[in-house]
Amino acid sequence: MGAKMVDFNGWDMPVEYPPVGGLMKEHIAVRTGVGVFDVSHMGDIRIAGPEALAAVQHITMNDAAGMADGQCRYSAMLYPQGTFVDDVIVHRMGEDDYMLVINAGTREKDVNWVTDNTRQFDVKVENLSDDFTQIAIQGPKGVETLQKLTDADLSKVKFYWFTHGTVAGLRNILIARTGYTAEDGFEIYVPTDEATSARVWYEVMEAGKEFGIVPAGLGARNTLRLEGKLPLYGHEISESINVWEAGLERFLKMEKGEFVGREVLERAKSAGLKRTLVGLESVDRGIPRDGYKVMDLGGKEIGYVTSGSYAPFLKKNIALAYVPVEQSEIGNEVAVEIRNQPVKCKVVPTPFYKRPKRQS
Amino acid sequence: MAYPADYKYTKEHEWLKVEGNTGTIGITDHAQESLGDIVFVELPKVGTEIIAGKTFGTVESVKAVSDLFAPVTGTVTEINEALNTAPEQVNKDAHAAWMIKVELKDPSEANQLLSVGDYEKFVAEEGGH
Repeated sequence: MGAKMVDFNGWDMPVEYPPVGGLMKEHIAVRTGVGVFDVSHMGDIRIAGPEALAAVQHITMNDAAGMADGQCRYSAMLYPQGTFVDDVIVHRMGEDDYMLVINAGTREKDVNWVTDNTRQFDVKVENLSDDFTQIAIQGPKGVETLQKLTDADLSKVKFYWFTHGTVAGLRNILIARTGYTAEDGFEIYVPTDEATSARVWYEVMEAGKEFGIVPAGLGARNTLRLEGKLPLYGHEISESINVWEAGLERFLKMEKGEFVGREVLERAKSAGLKRTLVGLESVDRGIPRDGYKVMDLGGKEIGYVTSGSYAPFLKKNIALAYVPVEQSEIGNEVAVEIRNQPVKCKVVPTPFYKRPKRQS
Repeated sequence: MAYPADYKYTKEHEWLKVEGNTGTIGITDHAQESLGDIVFVELPKVGTEIIAGKTFGTVESVKAVSDLFAPVTGTVTEINEALNTAPEQVNKDAHAAWMIKVELKDPSEANQLLSVGDYEKFVAEEGGH
């Protein structure tokens, strides 16, 4: 495939595929056609048993009650202080059976966290991370691409739902309409043996040929998720950032009852927010990048960039940053320090990119 | 892409073309390939003195920031303004998309740089690690 590889949390991962044109082409293909990602580094934890729902409710912030079989819900596991263990996608496999899809870098920590915090429930916790290779088929042509390889009727699978079907001859494959690109698409979970995952990969490439499918790496995955303001663990969310600061309160369901992190978050809310995550766009020339300082126009340090890059589809230099609430108004100007020089940026509405509504 | 035989090269992957007292500087095809899609080039102002071995600017791809190192000492007489709005020209033809022109302090300084043969060998060895 001619991939440029990089070490990502101990995983040897493709960052981009220069022979197909590299990161920029990969990014644009996902916005306008289809791209395929090897995301086998993602982990999976199964929580099953008579008290599975109660356990999931206890360790995650969104409300899993009322989910139907085949439904996914974005959520997060929190520390008692209301900060992030990890963000997760909860999949309801059955009445007493849930699967959490977790991040690579936090895998061991997450498994331990789930195990330790569900002991009081009648459930079995299983780390399935090594049982699946996750392949993401993303982009407006993702549905047509994958449909060629499966008997499942994908038009019936709504965004953030999943089904099971035969994929490339493999029976009972989990097919979820989820992703990390701010685009339509699917994530499929195939057996991990190399021959099988490689075969599925090439069949997906073949099926997407007429739509100009390209293999896409971690580089494009990062710029795609940034345009869509999807948080990345260790950047927008971490063990020192709480849910209010991250602006993820729409996934925080206080009314569902007790869960880890709830008490402190309630108190934090009444105490008032000090900093908040904003979108920035460069006004002057310069690319704000991860970790760069944010200053007010007087030169005083007020925050930092969590993720920043040239945005290949929007063709702008954009960033996400934590700044004091009083500096977070849309249109407000701040400066990002780039190589010891202040570069003027303005606060803009987020997400930077929202996919157009399409007839499905 | 072939490396022009009349250019001189650095181990930091810049090229230098000398014509009389003027040196033209850019980055090599190998450099642009390693960087990937170039989206930003920051160059010094005309009149700036650059010093051999020191940074004189920055080139950024979507995912990486890389310093530009001066192959020789001299004073900037011209910059390639087109790269401000079309930095991708460096990806298209790195040996034509020059960055700055300098008045050389000492034209013989160029003799210490790598010849095309030495540079090609260096790239081949570096690429194998």
